[in-house]
Parts: sequence; structure tokens; C-alpha cells
Amino acid sequence: MKNVMEHESTISADTAALHAMTDAEQSPAIAFEVNDLSVWYGQKQTIFNTTIDIPAQSVTAIIGPSGCGKSTFLRCLNRMHELVPTARHEGSIRLFGEDLYAPKIDPCVVRRRIGMVFQKSNPFPTMSIAENVIVGLRLNGVRDRAYLDERMEKALRMAALWDEVKNDLNRPGISLSGGQQQRLCIARAVAVEPEIILMDEPCSALDPIATAKVEELIYELKKQYTIVIVTHNMQQAGRCSDYTAFFYLGRLIEFAKTEKIFTNPSQKQTEDYITGRFG
Amino acid sequence: MRESFYRWRKIKSGLVSALCLLCAVLVIAPLGLVFFHLLREGASAVNWSFFTNLPKPVGEIGGGMANAIVGTFELLGIAALIGVPTGVLGGVYLAEYGSVRVNWLLRFICDILNGVPSIIWGIVVYGLIVVPVKSFSALAGGVALGFIMIPLIVRMSEEVLLLVPNGYREAALALGIARWKMTLHIVLKTALKGLVTGVLLALARVAGETAPLLFTAFGNRFWNHNLHDPIAALPLQIFAYAISPYDDWHRQAWAGALVLVSMTFLVNVAVRFLTRSRSAALAK
Repeated sequence: MKNVMEHESTISADTAALHAMTDAEQSPAIAFEVNDLSVWYGQKQTIFNTTIDIPAQSVTAIIGPSGCGKSTFLRCLNRMHELVPTARHEGSIRLFGEDLYAPKIDPCVVRRRIGMVFQKSNPFPTMSIAENVIVGLRLNGVRDRAYLDERMEKALRMAALWDEVKNDLNRPGISLSGGQQQRLCIARAVAVEPEIILMDEPCSALDPIATAKVEELIYELKKQYTIVIVTHNMQQAGRCSDYTAFFYLGRLIEFAKTEKIFTNPSQKQTEDYITGRFG
Repeated sequence: MRESFYRWRKIKSGLVSALCLLCAVLVIAPLGLVFFHLLREGASAVNWSFFTNLPKPVGEIGGGMANAIVGTFELLGIAALIGVPTGVLGGVYLAEYGSVRVNWLLRFICDILNGVPSIIWGIVVYGLIVVPVKSFSALAGGVALGFIMIPLIVRMSEEVLLLVPNGYREAALALGIARWKMTLHIVLKTALKGLVTGVLLALARVAGETAPLLFTAFGNRFWNHNLHDPIAALPLQIFAYAISPYDDWHRQAWAGALVLVSMTFLVNVAVRFLTRSRSAALAK
């Protein structure tokens, strides 16, 4: 009798796994499940009741006019908004099913899993190119020199910067050009091997050539990472994202595949924004 | 019409520029006068023996202030041991950790302390250390100078730390680096030159303090390397010699003043040098 039960439970576990697999093939796995998120800075509410499932292994662009809460939303995903002392939020955010805001979760661990690249490139001015890349590992306790060197090269290659800097690894990070600095920041973010990379208008301070390089890089990184990118530039969203979310006045107006948003939006506001009627 | 209007504008601009130049000269003039006067009065008494000899007894010509020069450095050393860690950590608290209300209170207190006349610090340390121990001492003098340095360095280091762009803090935290590590390895390291500058300026400022030493370090005509005994200091020696009735001592007082001013001047020049290379690095 006992044997039979055990047998049955194995079978049902197998079928569950099978179901999970077919589900994953049909629709992409979900990285972030954001449920009914509202955010306040002091008295001012900047995000209203947002619910969205951000798929893994793809690029999701967040577009919308200035002040619509795009950056705030992005910062909620790795708990960076908590740096503002008056910030508070309601609702939940799960990463692969795990509640990022559970009381026992350390924000440092969340941020190690979810890297971030900022609008203004910000390599640490006291550090060389090499030190900038490995600083995340080093300050998180990695000491093994050979391992650090290996990870540094890998990260710089991934950021398509290795060939340009391999002979100048000891030069200061801030001696690079603007576009190179931004790719250095991307290398620094991928060196700690996060699961997700958030980008907050990573190209808005770059010229078109540097922008093209970063976009190419985003395309490459997508093979391994889930990327969420905030952008002001709708062409950029169209070029490099798989999914697009349109925010307006703190509300998620529409979220769909990028082709659909740009060719056949279901909301009037989205269409007005995309066609340049406001924003 | 238009021509005359333009000329009138040029005249106004010229007048205001001249006024600014005059004010600039007035600001620089005292420094030039002080240096000129000190050089004229003191240069003749500054010689090798001034830096190597002890003061001579009354009536004998010559002697130097070697003990006072070394004593000043010893006092500054004790002051730095007290003032620098306390001040810098206080600044770190204000810039990186404190809440709005606590910060307001701390800044307010520091500003009040910065305004306290330095002789009051002497009296405080007299009551705290000299009276219970029943002896003037180098330690008491150093503590008095250290107390003066604390609020100076707190405010200075807070300002220097706030100059570090927030982007660096965010970048570090976004890598999952703990806050204290971020403060130590990113913020303090980025601000290091500014902090060193501020500490040097604070040291230069207290190096010339006389009043707080009057009843703490007290002064000493001989060598002393014991923290529990009175110690000589340049400002004290200058003070004692300047109010004496002897011409030779007056010359020595001028020489001491020249050495003291040159020391602070050199520190300021060093600071300029440091800050210049920093702004050049940041501009790049």
C-alpha cells in the first residue's frame, strides 16, 4: 500500500514538472511579478496600483513622458527607491516567485541579484578600469586574484569593451570616453553576475555611435539576462526591446509585445504618445 | 542715442570693475603688510640656533625656541589624535547616516561650538584635566586644541563628503555593497584629498591658538617630552617674550611669529596644491 502511494506521488511530481516545461515553452517564464504596486514619496503618490508580469530572458522597455514614474518603478524593482528616506510602497514584487520585500530579505542581496546601470555613467573616480569592474566582487568578499582577473576579462568582453581597454587596464576609469564609461558601468554591473539588469536611460547622455554600441550590447546581453530598460527614446524602445510598457502619470497604461505597442496599441493614450501627440 | 547709451554702459562697467579691484587689494594688503613687517623685524633673529637652542636665561643674548617649535608639533599631534577621528566620524554621520532632525541639531551645536571663544576651551580643559590632576600638562593643552578642532572638522568633512556625487553611492549600493563598505571604500576614498585638506587647515588654524594654552600647556623654558608636565608652544613663547621688557626677547618674539606664520602659510600652500590636483582630476 505504502509503495503504491509513493509510486503515485512520483508520477504526479513528474507530470507537474512536465506541465511546467510545456508552460514555459508556450509563454515565457516570468521574472518580476508586480502586484498592485503603489509608491509614495512623502505625501506625493508617484505610482498607482500597477500590476505587471515582466518576462525573463528578454528586454522590456518602459516608456512614457518625464515624471510619469518610470524611474521610480525601475528603482522599486531592486529596492533602490528605499534610499529616499520618505519613500514607502504598498503591493508586492516577486522575483521568480520570491518576495523581494519579505522582512528577512536583505536589500544588499536583492541588489546583488538585480544589477543597475544609470543614466549618467559613474565609474568610481579613484579606481582604475580593472578595479572598477571587480569592485562589486571585491567588496562582497572575493579575494582570489586569479578568479577576479578571470571575471574582469569576462565582464569586459561581455560589455564589448575588452579590445578597447585590454592594454590600459590600470588607467583611471574616468579617463575613458563617455560611451566607454557607460560600457564600463555595464561591465561593472555584469561582473557580479546578477540575474537581471535594470537600465535607467543608459544612452541619454551618449552620442548616436555610442548609443548604437550600447544597444548592440543590450541585444547580446539578452541571451543571458533579463533586461528592463527605461528610455525616453521611442525609436530605442522599438529597436531593442521585446516588450514595452507605457506609463503615464504614474499608471501603467499598456503592456504588450513591442510590435503590438508600436503598430496596434489598444489604448488611445498609448497611440497618442507614440504618434507624438503629447509627451 | 544708441552710441551714448553704449558709452555710459562702458563707464559703469569700468567703475564697478575698479571698485572690485580696490576691494581685492584691500583684502590682500593685510597679508602683505604682516609678512613685510614680520620679515623686517624677525628675519634678523631667525638663524640656525633659533631652531636648535633652548631659550637663554634673562640677560644672556641669543638662544632659540627649539623646545617651543617641537612642543607645538607635539600639541598638534595630541590634538589631531582627538580631533581628526572624532571630527571625521561625526562628518560621516551627518553626511551619510543622520536623520533630518538629528542633523539639524548636530549642525546647530557645531556652529555654536565653532563660535565659542578659544579661551573658553582653555577654561573648560583647565577644569576637566588641570584641576583634578593638579598640574598643567602637554596633555591638557593638546586636549584643548583637539576640542577646538572637533566642530571644525565635523562641519568641514560633512561638506566635503556631500560634494561626492550621489551617483557613486547609488552605483555602489546597486552592486549589492553594504552601506558601511560603500561609505569606507567609495565615499571616503573619493573625498580623501578634500578631507586631508580640511584636516590640514584645521591644524593650521589651531597651531596659532594661544589663549587655550595659557592655563593648560602653560609653557616651559626647557625640553619636556612627558605628557603630564607643562610644555612649551610657539604662540605661548611669542606671547611671553612680546610682553617682556627686553629688546632681545622682542626680537625673538618677532622671529617666533615669523616662523609660525611661515608654517601656516606653507600648510596653506600645500593645501592649494592638493586641491588643485583634485579639481584637475575631477574635471577630466
